[in-house]
Amino acid sequence: MAHLTPTPVLEPGQDKTMILNMGPQHPSTHGVLRVLLEIDGETVVRMMPDIGFLHTGIEKTCEAKFYQQVVPLTDRIDYLCPMTNNLCYVLAVEKLLGLEIPPRAQWIRVMMNELTRINSHLVWLGTHAMDIGAMTVFLYCFREREDILRLFEAISGQRMMTSYFRIGGIALEPPLGFFDRLRKFADKFPSRVDEYEGLLTGNPIWKMRTQGVAKISAEDAIALGASGPTLRGSGVDIDLRRDAPYTGYENFKFKVPLGKNGDVFDRYMCRVAELRESIGMVKQALDGLPSGPVKANAPKVVLPDREKMKTEMESLIYHFKIITEGFQVPEGEVYQAIESPRGEMGYYVVSDGSSKPYRVHMRSACLANMQTLPTMCEGRLIADVVAAIGSIDIVLGEIDR
Amino acid sequence: MSITFFIIVSVIKIVLVIFVLLTAVAYTVWLERKVVGRMQNRWGPTRVGPFGLLQPAADGIKFLFKEDLTPPHVYKPLYIAAPMLAVIFAITSIAVIPFGNTVTILGHEIPLQITDVNIGLLVVLGITSLGVYGVALSGWSSNSKYSLLGGLRASAQMVSYEIALGLSLVGVLILAGTFSLRGIVEAQAGHFGPWIPNWFIFKGGQIVAFFIYLTAAYAETNRIPFDLPEAETELVAGYHTEYSAMKFAMFFMAEYSNMITVACLASLLFLGGWSGPVFGPDILQAILPVFWFALRIFVFLFIYIWVRGTLPRFRYDQLMAFGWKFLLPVAIANLVITALVVALK
Repeated sequence: MAHLTPTPVLEPGQDKTMILNMGPQHPSTHGVLRVLLEIDGETVVRMMPDIGFLHTGIEKTCEAKFYQQVVPLTDRIDYLCPMTNNLCYVLAVEKLLGLEIPPRAQWIRVMMNELTRINSHLVWLGTHAMDIGAMTVFLYCFREREDILRLFEAISGQRMMTSYFRIGGIALEPPLGFFDRLRKFADKFPSRVDEYEGLLTGNPIWKMRTQGVAKISAEDAIALGASGPTLRGSGVDIDLRRDAPYTGYENFKFKVPLGKNGDVFDRYMCRVAELRESIGMVKQALDGLPSGPVKANAPKVVLPDREKMKTEMESLIYHFKIITEGFQVPEGEVYQAIESPRGEMGYYVVSDGSSKPYRVHMRSACLANMQTLPTMCEGRLIADVVAAIGSIDIVLGEIDR
Repeated sequence: MSITFFIIVSVIKIVLVIFVLLTAVAYTVWLERKVVGRMQNRWGPTRVGPFGLLQPAADGIKFLFKEDLTPPHVYKPLYIAAPMLAVIFAITSIAVIPFGNTVTILGHEIPLQITDVNIGLLVVLGITSLGVYGVALSGWSSNSKYSLLGGLRASAQMVSYEIALGLSLVGVLILAGTFSLRGIVEAQAGHFGPWIPNWFIFKGGQIVAFFIYLTAAYAETNRIPFDLPEAETELVAGYHTEYSAMKFAMFFMAEYSNMITVACLASLLFLGGWSGPVFGPDILQAILPVFWFALRIFVFLFIYIWVRGTLPRFRYDQLMAFGWKFLLPVAIANLVITALVVALK
């Protein structure tokens, strides 16, 4: 990894090797990752990931938007876990504002956040399995994902770009019957996970393809900045939901699944166990959901209800002001990290006291996780590269931003 | 039988068999899409005709009308020849495969087989092994890295699994004492005991040989879990990455007719060919064996598709290790044991 030119160039080191350009248009680089491989036969001698094909300029765009207008942008960074991004951003801004979030909103946030985690892990599991050739798992996963997307649509009006969380709470009280639907889903979901596991976990071919493949030691993973299941697969017990609780995670009971060997199989087992933990947390959230308002009592920041806006002069003025000129956020800077499905997602928000953020920077878990790829893959076969890319669960939208 | 009559009958048989084979190929694709679809919680083709039954025709027309793109960097003669080789060898092997008893038309006994070569099995094995040329040459002549890797994988895989496949059949040959496929089927006529048919799969440990054959056949035809040459998630499309339109369709046809050929062989060698209850008038007596034979092939194809819906893919080195270190020794052991059993009888 000596050169850091904008477009990496990989020259063949010896006569008998050749350079294979994998991606950005390749079926299993999960979007538009480009990987340069120097291969000797089918063995990877060197590997160099190249990013930037999905650059959207979202970080810069944020600086031209009011604080509340940034929320829909955050959906589009990591399109597989929109609410996690929403949550991280609103938590950061709420920290700057010093807002107190009512418990009901917090519990719904946890509930939806865990549902988002399941959603994201399902896409991961499906594509990962398909990379290794098990095509049916992909469609099974998307069957359940469809249920989740319908739930998202019910609660936010959108299937993928939900933008459901707002600074100061959540957008709306969930619609009537939503919690029943969610509970129905939560009840049947564990048996569906059994189904996926039935196709994969005990399958000898799956084990051959994943066990001992693309190993990374705990030291290497930490040194490269890996986080989330990629790190926990190597046996490092870090989970921000438990270690630095936010938005009321301290009220929930859950186990943090850990791997031992740091291979593809352990990362797979970690995530599958997380599927079960997450659905457990959704159930806990449903059982213990407190009643009360879903928005903070901060009229200058939180949009008033439609009803109030139409009946109270004061609310109408606040509404008008928030929409037209935003709200001022006290000067300062804040870093908020949360446990996204992929690892430590961080939002660094700087305010200069105006109603638009001075700087919004996202700490991408995927980018750091992707750095572990060469360590995992060099010296292994091309097929292992595909398994490794799948196992770290990258989303290029988040890497490139 | 006069020579004119012989030629006429042969031509009719060839045309008929090719027609049936190509139709079967087309509908195997349909069957695969339909069955895998149902296994995966979706419908498969439904739009073209009832149950999507006209889908193969639509696909065929589409392939014919697609632009036949030849990339500028290919080695043209071999690039064009490769898909033809693949499909020719895949279809030729059907020539020696019998698919039913003899029928009597106009006082002539006509065997339901294009030609009954007395070394039929060797002919099939020989021709199907030539099929690897199509794959290897397409990979090389495409002048693309993914194609090259796919072609290499395919050649290595097909050559190594050919050995296990061939050896697994030798046990049957010892039991039957003939290379003629018709002879092998006839050797399996009748019952032993009250119920069990006299199929080779039930005899002298040939069930092991059967499963070796089945596994090796999957590898031979590049199907999941051995579909590495065209592993789309690793090598884009493997050896046929650079092919389009009808040339691509030829590889497709070759793959599916190979599937049908190995299914035919399996039913002929292990499952008694076309044996089954035959009754009724003459016409039914002639058709029923063909039906029983087709039924066996259908079951094989169904298992093929079922496996595809279930299993992940091997890795290249694991596949080679599995072939050389497991299948081959087991095939040899089975061969030795069968030979001993026959010799000591």
